[in-house]
Amino acid sequence: MIAFLLRRFGTFIPTFIGVSIVSFLFIRLLPGDPIMLMAGERGMSDERYAQLAAQFGYDQPLWSQYFDYVVGIVQGDLGTSFKTKRPVWDEFFALFPATLELSLCAIVFSVAIGIPAGIVAAVNRGKWPDQALMSTALVGYSMPIFWWALLLIILFSGMLGWTPVSGRIDLLYYFPNGTGFMLIDSLQSGQAGAFGSAVRHLILPTIVLGTIPLAVIARQTRSAMLEVLSEDYVRTARAKGLHPFRVNGLHALRNAMIPVITVIGLSVGTLLAGAILTETIFSWPGIGKWMVESIQSRDYTSVQGGLMMIALIVMIVNLVVDVLYGVINPKIRKR
Amino acid sequence: MSSVDGYSADSADGAGNVASVARPGRFREFWSYFRENRGAVAGLAVFLLFVLVAMFADVLAPHSPTEQFRANLLQPPAWQSGGTSEFLLGTDAVGRDMLSRLIHGSRYSFFIGVIVVVIAATSGILLGLIAGFSRGWVDTLIMRLMDILLAFPSLLLALVMVAILGPSLINAMIAIAIVLQPHYVRLTRAAVLGERAKEYVTSAQVVGAGPLRLMFVTVLPNCLAPLIVQAALSFSTAILDAAALGFLGLGAQPPTPEWGTMLADSREFVLRAWWVVTFPGLAILVNVLAINLMGDGLRDALDPKLKRS
Repeated sequence: MIAFLLRRFGTFIPTFIGVSIVSFLFIRLLPGDPIMLMAGERGMSDERYAQLAAQFGYDQPLWSQYFDYVVGIVQGDLGTSFKTKRPVWDEFFALFPATLELSLCAIVFSVAIGIPAGIVAAVNRGKWPDQALMSTALVGYSMPIFWWALLLIILFSGMLGWTPVSGRIDLLYYFPNGTGFMLIDSLQSGQAGAFGSAVRHLILPTIVLGTIPLAVIARQTRSAMLEVLSEDYVRTARAKGLHPFRVNGLHALRNAMIPVITVIGLSVGTLLAGAILTETIFSWPGIGKWMVESIQSRDYTSVQGGLMMIALIVMIVNLVVDVLYGVINPKIRKR
Repeated sequence: MSSVDGYSADSADGAGNVASVARPGRFREFWSYFRENRGAVAGLAVFLLFVLVAMFADVLAPHSPTEQFRANLLQPPAWQSGGTSEFLLGTDAVGRDMLSRLIHGSRYSFFIGVIVVVIAATSGILLGLIAGFSRGWVDTLIMRLMDILLAFPSLLLALVMVAILGPSLINAMIAIAIVLQPHYVRLTRAAVLGERAKEYVTSAQVVGAGPLRLMFVTVLPNCLAPLIVQAALSFSTAILDAAALGFLGLGAQPPTPEWGTMLADSREFVLRAWWVVTFPGLAILVNVLAINLMGDGLRDALDPKLKRS
């Protein structure tokens, strides 16, 4: 077990170094001089230029700049935003809870529907529920989610008027930012209707962001279930005359869950990529929208910091999933 | 989809020595499996239709995709009140014919898919072959580099690359190809490692085949099945990602009739003109769905091990 953990960490560190090099080089690869970019169209005097170059360390050799950059990351320093002049670290973590809240809701949504759908499809293999569910799943899997979002807005916001089009909560309500999770903060504020408003703002973005993971989870659950259902111990359980519910639910599902959990863990990257589109469409104030805006406004230190932090989050989640997988399934450890 | 295991393996194994005999049978065998999957055949038919539309866009489109009919702004489709048969699917905010733009848009989609898959597959297969054959530090280096690329969510990495290269369709395609390429490297390497230990490779080596011949003539043809499936899947991913970049304003630039870019233009009319929003997205969905159906069928027919059963 310890050897497995060490081996897994052994691949984490080179990847971390590589990711940090990529995000470090990002600003250096841009056409043009980063300091002139910061100055914008006004330009600047030579003295001011030299002063800024010294301040940001651009007069140092490249390897020493990189070293400072990594030391900065470890200490929670990602530089300051070109645009707002605030620390990128602070900006990132001010917006991160919004993305986390949305992603968690999307995961819950996709698991709550995807796993039962996969089980129903597997148990009815080849019959109409299977075909209907799997065709729907393939449509979901092929969905351009930015278009899906617009369709849902037309239907639920435009025609039915049930859900708001953008934001996290109505402007009527104001309360201090406690946990950063709107669902919790609105409850804690005790204002009537605040929680309901937060929920209504969450529904459409959750569906949009959860659609592709939902399709993937349903497909994965189905194939994992099919594999397990043909095992001897399931046949034995059936032969003993156990209730189908018990056979499918207890004997089969428990063992089918291992690959499904891996898929859920690995869909973090998909979620963060999907958050870029979902947040942009619904004006959801999270890191996805922030990244797009930073790219559009050429706020390159923010882009750099966001790139690094998002990759780091994906890597940590993958690491945790792999380790958990090794804990559940001893066969993996030997590889 | 149907269970035909245990039978498909023999023709693949024998391919090394009796290639001339086995080859024609292989395609027929593939087709007999593929044909059984009705969804896959339907996907193939729709995809071929798209290819035809893309090829003959100039003939099929009733208007130019960029001509602005100033008298017919935001005209609804023909079957709604206010629509005319001149503009079957209506017009957009500056009076361009939706149908003609959609027809021309299929060219971009097809073009994006082909170019991205060709770049990603050739470079990925090459790197995968090198990694699988050289082992040692070259292998480790290549695979670590791929791990780094895979640590970034694909769309995010593509976005950032476009930020470096500048927003355009070509740059978006390069970025998407780079993002998709690690999957080919991993698949090729895994397949090469599986094949290398087999006897036909050793015998080719003993007879004196050089490393290049071993790579491309002896081993590669036997690794193709998962790669073809991956090509189909990345074709659809490429279309989706390019449309997403276009939608964010970082892919094809207006007035290009690329479907994602068309959607970006339509956003402000979401609640006023449903047709401007609905049709481009529907075109993307149907195209991607057809390719994914085809990909599922290809996987079932080519690679019994990956069978979804």
